[in-house]
Amino acid sequence: MAQMTRREFMLGEGSGTGGGPQNLHIGVGPAHPAMHGIIRIASELDGETIVKADVEIGYLHRAFEKDCEQGGWNNAIPYTDRLNYVSPLINNFGYASAVEKLLGVDVTERCKYIRVIMSEISRICDHLTCVGASAMELGAFTVFLYMIKAREFLWELVEDVTGARLTISYGRVGGVKADLPDGFAEKTLHAFKQTREVLDEVHRLLTGNRIFMDRMVGVGVLSREETIAYAITGPLLRAAGVPYDVRRAQPYYVYDRLEFEIPTQKDGDNYSRYLVRMAEMEQSMRIAEQALASIPSGPINVDFEGRPIDPAAYVDRGKQGKTEGLLLVPITLSPNLQGQQRDAARRVNVADKRVVLPPKENAYGSIEGLMNHFMLIMEGYGIRPPAGEAYFPVEGANGELGFYVVSDGSDRPYRVRCRPPCLPPLAALHRMIVGEMVADLIPTFGSVNMIGGELDR
Amino acid sequence: MGVGGFFTSKLDEAIGWARKFSIFQYPFVTACCGMEYMATACSHYDIDRFGAGLPRFSPRQADVLFVVGTISHKMAPVLKRIYDQMTEPKWVVAFGVCTCTGGFYDNYATVQGIDTIIPVDIYIPGCPPRPESVIDGLMKLQDKIAAQAQRY
Amino acid sequence: MAILDELRRRFGDAIVETDDHRGDLTAVVARAALLSVLAHCRDEAALAFDVLMDLTAVDYSKFPGREDGPRFEVVYHLYSIARNHRLRLKVRVDQDDARVPTAVGLWPIANWLEREVWDMFGIRFEGHPDPRRLLLYEEFVGHPLRKDYPINRRQPLVGPAS
Repeated sequence: MAQMTRREFMLGEGSGTGGGPQNLHIGVGPAHPAMHGIIRIASELDGETIVKADVEIGYLHRAFEKDCEQGGWNNAIPYTDRLNYVSPLINNFGYASAVEKLLGVDVTERCKYIRVIMSEISRICDHLTCVGASAMELGAFTVFLYMIKAREFLWELVEDVTGARLTISYGRVGGVKADLPDGFAEKTLHAFKQTREVLDEVHRLLTGNRIFMDRMVGVGVLSREETIAYAITGPLLRAAGVPYDVRRAQPYYVYDRLEFEIPTQKDGDNYSRYLVRMAEMEQSMRIAEQALASIPSGPINVDFEGRPIDPAAYVDRGKQGKTEGLLLVPITLSPNLQGQQRDAARRVNVADKRVVLPPKENAYGSIEGLMNHFMLIMEGYGIRPPAGEAYFPVEGANGELGFYVVSDGSDRPYRVRCRPPCLPPLAALHRMIVGEMVADLIPTFGSVNMIGGELDR
Repeated sequence: MGVGGFFTSKLDEAIGWARKFSIFQYPFVTACCGMEYMATACSHYDIDRFGAGLPRFSPRQADVLFVVGTISHKMAPVLKRIYDQMTEPKWVVAFGVCTCTGGFYDNYATVQGIDTIIPVDIYIPGCPPRPESVIDGLMKLQDKIAAQAQRY
Repeated sequence: MAILDELRRRFGDAIVETDDHRGDLTAVVARAALLSVLAHCRDEAALAFDVLMDLTAVDYSKFPGREDGPRFEVVYHLYSIARNHRLRLKVRVDQDDARVPTAVGLWPIANWLEREVWDMFGIRFEGHPDPRRLLLYEEFVGHPLRKDYPINRRQPLVGPAS
């Protein structure tokens, strides 16, 4: 009998650490309230300390990449909504930009500003959900309710612009679905004011809170070198001290014209990640306000007769052959088509008829418009990027969200690959929780912000 | 049945009323619908006023299984096990079109409707359903619960 | 372009093709030299590719013009934080010989990314410490992102197949 420690003697034969029969195997998840979405962390515990952890993902695998190959290039947009479903606009625009890069088209100025504003609103929603949910799991249920309330204000804005709260399918290859509605700037500024009040309250509740800090400071630490080696980007990398942000490193849309800071911390623990996310929300609001202030309005068409006409009357006129100047006449379109009138469409969509649908006035009012619409919609036709491949990175809420698209020259994508920003932190999760206690698993997992749709695709 | 029938039916109504206003749901949240579930459960839309404000995260303590979000084939055995672990009386709500029919995920990974695995009481379609739809579905569930006859 | 020139100069014939399309630098590498090229990209100070952004694969069996060539292409997206430049490296493998040396020793994230490529395409990574499926369950037969796997062939664990 070798020298036994007192602990081994008391617990019986077998050593207490490193895989002896005394370790307890528990499976956290996949059906677990703190596993946002579903994931399984099969852990081996020695007392309360986690000795080994095996993270198992794939419980929400929905075949995104295979589904994108089945339809046209714009058909993949609804699938991209459901990747990171808390910030769906960023996914839409990332995918659309990758295809636009392949096509070699550059979207209009106004469209770039719109994409920036909506991306930032989406990013704030994502951080609100992340911080709220992880605070709830630590017991701060009020913080969760406050943040979801703030998220509702922002979702009302998103609904005004896109028509839906969550799965918005707003981006299109070559532009966006519709222009911003009237009064959007005032509503956004008001919503941001309310959001700032909520963030203030949350700061007062959490940031100096003894319990919160005890549970989050020094927990879930991942060193800077390991964070980079695991290809982790986004708030986790910035909390470890590396100021890498795709918006600054490879600016896209109009980020190079806007002023914003990249908040960083140096400890790489859960508390730093929380601080980085809270600071990023403020920066996102700053970006969106600057963009709203400097968004170009673009050319407004001069009316032909000065007053809009009813769509049925418009079609009748076309059928009667009274087509002179018909393409200049404004029509009162249905409210469902708000923001998609001819002048608005011209402001936000690229002027390439092989890529974007013609506005409804043209589709119904002229044979060229009708044929254009047909050539983009019918199966076998559609957008045809030249054969090749492109990778476009955008700054998602969790880090670098990249879309790698391969085209074979046909109207369907040959391969769409989404580089999920929350996969690397999950791959490194076992490094973050081994050695910690089992109760520390929950805030660590919460601060990683795993989104199942993006992780498992 | 006379007097006996009157009392048992009044007792049924009372039990139904108590049950429908004390729903302890198990939110089996997987995907995007979870965001709308959170929105419905929180202050703006508030299902606490229906008595459904306290989720129980153990199937043994819950009576309504809200299946929220896409169920993949990898997850399906887990769902079946959770459903089997719940005790009677139990109801299942298929929240979101992925749970009703598989949604637009007609592929190798997705279960085409959870009613292929477990019996479902209420279907709430939508991708994701608006909170108003969810509350409508919840109220229909309450009617179903209240109308459920007891076996003595 | 300087990156591609440097790689060509250093590795000669092992760099089969290079391309600079829409700002993306791409190099196709022979499989035998793959690990040394990757190690050079990571360790050389002027390149300093410390981040393996993505590791994926593409099945070219239905690509017009490439149906008879090597079926799979394993794609590595590299990024350097210090130098802020990107590189795409590709390796072509045949269907019958779908093996590639693992990059786990260079970047630990390759562990999961290679597991996903194995899961979806069936490409083996030699030397991988944990060759399991990542996204699908072990009972699943086949590799779904291959072009010959029909999208709605379900293999349920419980419940009916359709």
